[in-house]
Amino acid sequence: MDIARARPFEIQVGEPVLADLAARLAASRLPPEQGAPGWDAGADPAYLRTLLEYWREKYDWRREESALNRFAQFRAEVNGADIHFIHVRGKGAQPLPLILTHGFPDSFTRFLKIIPLLTDPAAHGGVAEDAFDVVVPSLPWCGFSREHRHAGGLFRVNDTWHQLMTDVLGYERYGAHGGDWGSTITEHIARSHAKSVIGIHLTDVPFWHSLRLPDDLKPREREYVEQIQQFQMRHGAYAMIQGRKPQTLADGLDDSPMGLAAWLTEKFQRWSDCDGDLDAVFTKDEMLTNAMVYWVTGTIGSAFMPYYDVLNAGPPRWIAEAVKQKLGSDDVPAAFAMFPRDLTHPPREWAERFFNVRRWTEFPKGGHFAAMEQPQALAGDMREFFRPLRRGL
Amino acid sequence: MSTLASTEPFRIGISGQVIDDLHARLKRARRPHVLKSGGWDGGSDPEYIDELIRYWRTDYDWRQHERELNQLSHFTARLGDANIHYVHEIALGVRTAPVLLLHGWPDSFLRYRKAIPHLINPEHGEEELTFDVVVPSLPGFAFTGPVARPAGIPAIKHAAQLMHRLMTEVLGYETFVVAGGDGGSAIAQSLAIQYPHSVSAVHLTDIGWHGHGGDTSSLTDIERQYVAAANRRFMQDGAYVMVHASQPRALAVSLNDSPTGLASWIVDRFHSWCDSPRHLERSFSKDEMLTNITIYWVTQTIGSSIYGYLEETRQPTLKHGNYVDRPVGLAAFPKDLGGFPPRRLAERTLNVVRWTEMKSGGHFGAWERPEEFATELKLFVDSLEEPLALQFSHGHRPRKTV
Repeated sequence: MDIARARPFEIQVGEPVLADLAARLAASRLPPEQGAPGWDAGADPAYLRTLLEYWREKYDWRREESALNRFAQFRAEVNGADIHFIHVRGKGAQPLPLILTHGFPDSFTRFLKIIPLLTDPAAHGGVAEDAFDVVVPSLPWCGFSREHRHAGGLFRVNDTWHQLMTDVLGYERYGAHGGDWGSTITEHIARSHAKSVIGIHLTDVPFWHSLRLPDDLKPREREYVEQIQQFQMRHGAYAMIQGRKPQTLADGLDDSPMGLAAWLTEKFQRWSDCDGDLDAVFTKDEMLTNAMVYWVTGTIGSAFMPYYDVLNAGPPRWIAEAVKQKLGSDDVPAAFAMFPRDLTHPPREWAERFFNVRRWTEFPKGGHFAAMEQPQALAGDMREFFRPLRRGL
Repeated sequence: MSTLASTEPFRIGISGQVIDDLHARLKRARRPHVLKSGGWDGGSDPEYIDELIRYWRTDYDWRQHERELNQLSHFTARLGDANIHYVHEIALGVRTAPVLLLHGWPDSFLRYRKAIPHLINPEHGEEELTFDVVVPSLPGFAFTGPVARPAGIPAIKHAAQLMHRLMTEVLGYETFVVAGGDGGSAIAQSLAIQYPHSVSAVHLTDIGWHGHGGDTSSLTDIERQYVAAANRRFMQDGAYVMVHASQPRALAVSLNDSPTGLASWIVDRFHSWCDSPRHLERSFSKDEMLTNITIYWVTQTIGSSIYGYLEETRQPTLKHGNYVDRPVGLAAFPKDLGGFPPRRLAERTLNVVRWTEMKSGGHFGAWERPEEFATELKLFVDSLEEPLALQFSHGHRPRKTV
């Protein structure tokens, strides 16, 4: 590791921030109720009431903060951004370096449960030969990372992550895993830095491939494309508003902790395998700590930048990406872990159009946030996939 | 007709506690600046909102505006469970007709405030037509607030039914003119369809959104071009509709808790839809916008005002094939969404007898160009041949409170 560049980092939120938060929570005005109970119209008023009560009376940020700080964290200037990341060495003879990339509306906390399973498999029902050195960065626009607010940042993260792994951390070759935006970024890394990337493991087929549909769709692919269209029609409003009016939306969310929590938890409820009952899958501590990452850093607005980037990229950018894709490698071995309650269900043949698919696993339970919902199953899949590839280190 | 409906005078009187709390929130506002480029590119210009918040805190005086608003004659009418707030001003000319004026989102009864004096006063000679003016706060909005709705009846249809009861049962007008813009246009159309014998004429500043039912194959080229341009514009600037229609309760939590967020959400629309976005305040002063925003804030009605989008999406009132048979006057404003619609498109759903392309103004034409709007409304109603259009109202006229 380049010690000069990676500065050890601990999360320490100032007392004034917490006092201000407490004042806001004490004064929170939940909207007068309208319509039927439940999550159908966006966020369940009954859940929000219990969440607010929990946040005011039981939630203990300092306890959560110490739990987060048990992971070794750093910040480093990389590719024009100040990147926050967790770095935990694996317990084994030759751990495989692995970078894990989160998405929205989660944060680096997406991977907290899976880190020990990957770094110390022997202690969690596996063998030490499967150990990973794990790197979990915060996306440049999210949480404790800082980017200098340029549009188009989405298309630079691949280089930033590669420099983090090689220049800063000194790894030559590494694996990569991602979900949501993390899968798009992980794919970009594999294409642009194929020689360094030993394999990629994804929980979704990056959505942007569906922006250009081939003529020869097979029936199952057509079904998938219809699913995407349905999703956009029914549930795509968040992406449109975050992409078109990030400032207008952030003006409210960055000023109202309950507004922020409602906007984020609505996604967890809809996209997870919770059968309607969010509490059954995510504790209120998990939901609130994830919201706190955005709140205490004031990064909800910048977290909308990838949506802005995609909607404003326009044809020239996508053509450029397509060219890069052609020039870039699609040889890197890829694994897909698919979960039944995720947003859409691409068939394997769709992924095979764009990836060297070596492993395809369909799990019986879990949703969009597999690393949080099904950490054991996901960790097992990652160990299996990377095991034969380790020889290439 | 004897009536069970009751009405009583109403004054706006917001408690000091609510205003103090508002100021405390404005003082601690957290203001993100998302895009380095700034401006209106990513929604509301953060610097403009910064300045608006500063003005709200230090220069804006709610009590002064409250006093001024209370110079209008306000009432509330109890109609079943609903308590409908409305302004009622009596015509001062010798030839009069009653008009019901319906606002939209994200405006309020304030949409017509500047037009009222022009509507009640004869300004071009004693013989000029003048109006008894009724401006309600629509169900879900402002001092009317959320209204429970029977499950089988779509929201706009139900609102139209309440408005009909207000005009007939409460105010005693047997026939009346209805005028509307934005959501108010849809309610006006529903009124005319449901109650053709009560509605003598319909005046609209936009044509509504159900004209082609998604099937543009029978449209002319010019209409298709207009619809395509409207769709493109919607993809650029219409995300707020998608949020309102699918997850209003996720959004409303922040807007009901953050006056800054509320202001930004509303000002973004006023900016997009005004006559000249580069000169927003030529159309709407900060005071005018803040009074509108403050009314949403103190009544906590942003949530119920946007919930109607979800209701109407799931259970639409106006459908392809609905036709307004009553005479329609359409005043189109050039800077409204998509510009002037083709008259042919309007005629597919409306019995257009007067078509006027205004010289300037945007989506809130009645607010931005009150005098021109009032003159146009008078000319339209005066041009009608049907005797039903004009009458001396003999209803129960509430007296002005002193």
